[in-house]
Amino acid sequence: MKVGLFIPCYINQLYPQVGIATLELLEKLKVEVVYPSGQTCCGQPMANSGYENKSIGACTNFVKNFKDFDYIVTPSGSCAYHVKKHFNIIEQTPEVLNVRKNIYELCDFIVNVLKIKNVGAFFPHKVGVHNSCHGLRGLRLGSCSEMVVEKYSFIETLLNEVEDVELMPLNRNDECCGFGGTFAITEEAISVKMGKDRISDHLQSGVEVITATDTSCLMHLEGLINRAGQPLKVRHIAEILNSQKRT
Amino acid sequence: MNHPKLADLFNEDEKRVDWHDKALWFVRHKRDLSVHQVQGWETLRNYGRAIKAHTLSNLDAYLEEFESNALENGVQVHWAVNAEEHNEIVHKILDEHKAKKVVKSKSMLTEECHLNPFLESKGIEVIDTDLGERIVQLAKEPPSHIVLPAIHKDRHEVDALFQEHLGTEPCDGNPQYLTNEARKHLREKFIEADAAITGVNFAIAETGEFVVCTNEGNADMGAHLAPVHIACMGVEKIIPKREHLGVFLRLLARSATGQPITTYSSHFKKPREGAKMHIVIVDNGRSEQLGRPDFRASLHCIRCGACMNTCPIYRRSGGHSYNATIPGPIGSILSPGKDLTKHSDLPFASTLCGSCSDVCPVKIDIHTQLYKWRQIITKEVKQPFVKKQSMKLMGKLFANPKQFKISGKIARFALKNLPKKIINAKPNVWGKSRDLPTGQKKSFDDWYKNRQKHGE
Repeated sequence: MKVGLFIPCYINQLYPQVGIATLELLEKLKVEVVYPSGQTCCGQPMANSGYENKSIGACTNFVKNFKDFDYIVTPSGSCAYHVKKHFNIIEQTPEVLNVRKNIYELCDFIVNVLKIKNVGAFFPHKVGVHNSCHGLRGLRLGSCSEMVVEKYSFIETLLNEVEDVELMPLNRNDECCGFGGTFAITEEAISVKMGKDRISDHLQSGVEVITATDTSCLMHLEGLINRAGQPLKVRHIAEILNSQKRT
Repeated sequence: MNHPKLADLFNEDEKRVDWHDKALWFVRHKRDLSVHQVQGWETLRNYGRAIKAHTLSNLDAYLEEFESNALENGVQVHWAVNAEEHNEIVHKILDEHKAKKVVKSKSMLTEECHLNPFLESKGIEVIDTDLGERIVQLAKEPPSHIVLPAIHKDRHEVDALFQEHLGTEPCDGNPQYLTNEARKHLREKFIEADAAITGVNFAIAETGEFVVCTNEGNADMGAHLAPVHIACMGVEKIIPKREHLGVFLRLLARSATGQPITTYSSHFKKPREGAKMHIVIVDNGRSEQLGRPDFRASLHCIRCGACMNTCPIYRRSGGHSYNATIPGPIGSILSPGKDLTKHSDLPFASTLCGSCSDVCPVKIDIHTQLYKWRQIITKEVKQPFVKKQSMKLMGKLFANPKQFKISGKIARFALKNLPKKIINAKPNVWGKSRDLPTGQKKSFDDWYKNRQKHGE
């Protein structure tokens, strides 16, 4: 099984610890991971802003880097969704189709490809799950509250097996955090209000650490938390799953 | 003013935003409880979508079938290509009956056509009889929601409005007193009316009848008392058969308010003796939307408002921030089809979270259509210079790994070394209420290269 690791652009530059945790976790699970060095971005920032045509170079570069893998794993539901859903703007060669088919968000890959639930992690904290929208409603990494379907959640499947973790129930289980890419800038007032409301839901539920499949949501929430000096931390799910008891 | 500016204004009063958000979330929650009681809800949504898709693909045939059956029932049928024609037709009918006082039940179509101001300019009094609509009419405002037109007003504001316009006593916003006063006021209007205008929720091709859903019974009060009933409908209101109501009435009421069924689902088929019934069938841009493959499914909409109740942006910006007849997510995919430049801000008033698409009873892919409108708008409507240039630059950067690495390094250095005050200064909108991430010395790339070199 040849697995290529895609580290989203902003994680690469701003949150390397999330990339490191992802790689270490996969290696711990005996996956042979290759990190292609020519990778940049999935093209989403331009495309979601209405400049899909300016993202073609990024798409092509992505395919060039990842065409030879059986699986592509990334610690981002949003980027994986973008590749799956929006890489229809370049010629649909067998390589492109393969890339679109084989890309997986990290939790999805562990639960459904590796078929592992217990990754042997230890995280003695009260954790609140922020269900990032593109992962939830785009990739269907869990059931959403709008639909009448059987309840499931890949991220919770993994968290439930983490030693000493306490999952805290929230008032609104899957409301958007308000990041939304350039939305965070162009609709600043609403974006901030949405984030504040999410944070207060977690605070009221006694959460110590907010986790998610996407660092972009967490970056937005953390920015608000730090500015307001609130007693909350954010950790990407890879960081929790890669945490172990210090011996 | 565009959506971001109006949303910003709405957010100046945070308590009010919280109240608005909670009021609508309450409706969304009621909807959840109600749809979870229906076994096969998702199947029902599939049926709804399929019937609408089929009908739209055969719209010409079903419209003609509807017309011929309605004519046979003794109803007069009129066709209007746009809002102006619609208004002229309605006025002509009223004129023929020398009608000076009109009662109207809820109809988003007549809002879209701006019928009220048109008729008023001809000296005709139009009274909206849905309580919420009457409230916004008195306040001289458009509805802020398609099912709950006055959801942006609290009871104290209604109290003040009624004192001013209906001469009620101050009541500290007592809802029971206010409703009773509204009822008395509207009863008089119903009795005096020369004509009644209603909307149409479903027009059934096989029988030529139409169904109007109200919770207050105001459509019936108007139509049964007045000698003339004019029903106005968009072309997309057609459904092929009566049995299809079994799908749509269930989808509509549960999605709109969480009720198992709307209080009144009134079937109108033919005029009662001595009375007249007219149907005005309106296009007003719908055929054009039908001709856009990416956007035609927007015409599936049954106007339940569920996408508004679920939308985290709508709940926090209010319906008026959309500056369109139909606000919220569905309005944001319908309005650009009518006037791309005027409504070019709306498809961007979304995080593309997708909640609207999953809540939609007829499975309109709303967030996908928002994404598609964005692609069109950046090409056809003039964009801010900075946005355009930065997108171009980013596109180039991400196509070139070497340049990406260099820029990443610069950005990290700046974040790490520049004082917070400078980083969060004015041009940085992000920094108004949010800290930026602290700069990391090394990127993941650097770390990985280092690890490879030292053969960890």
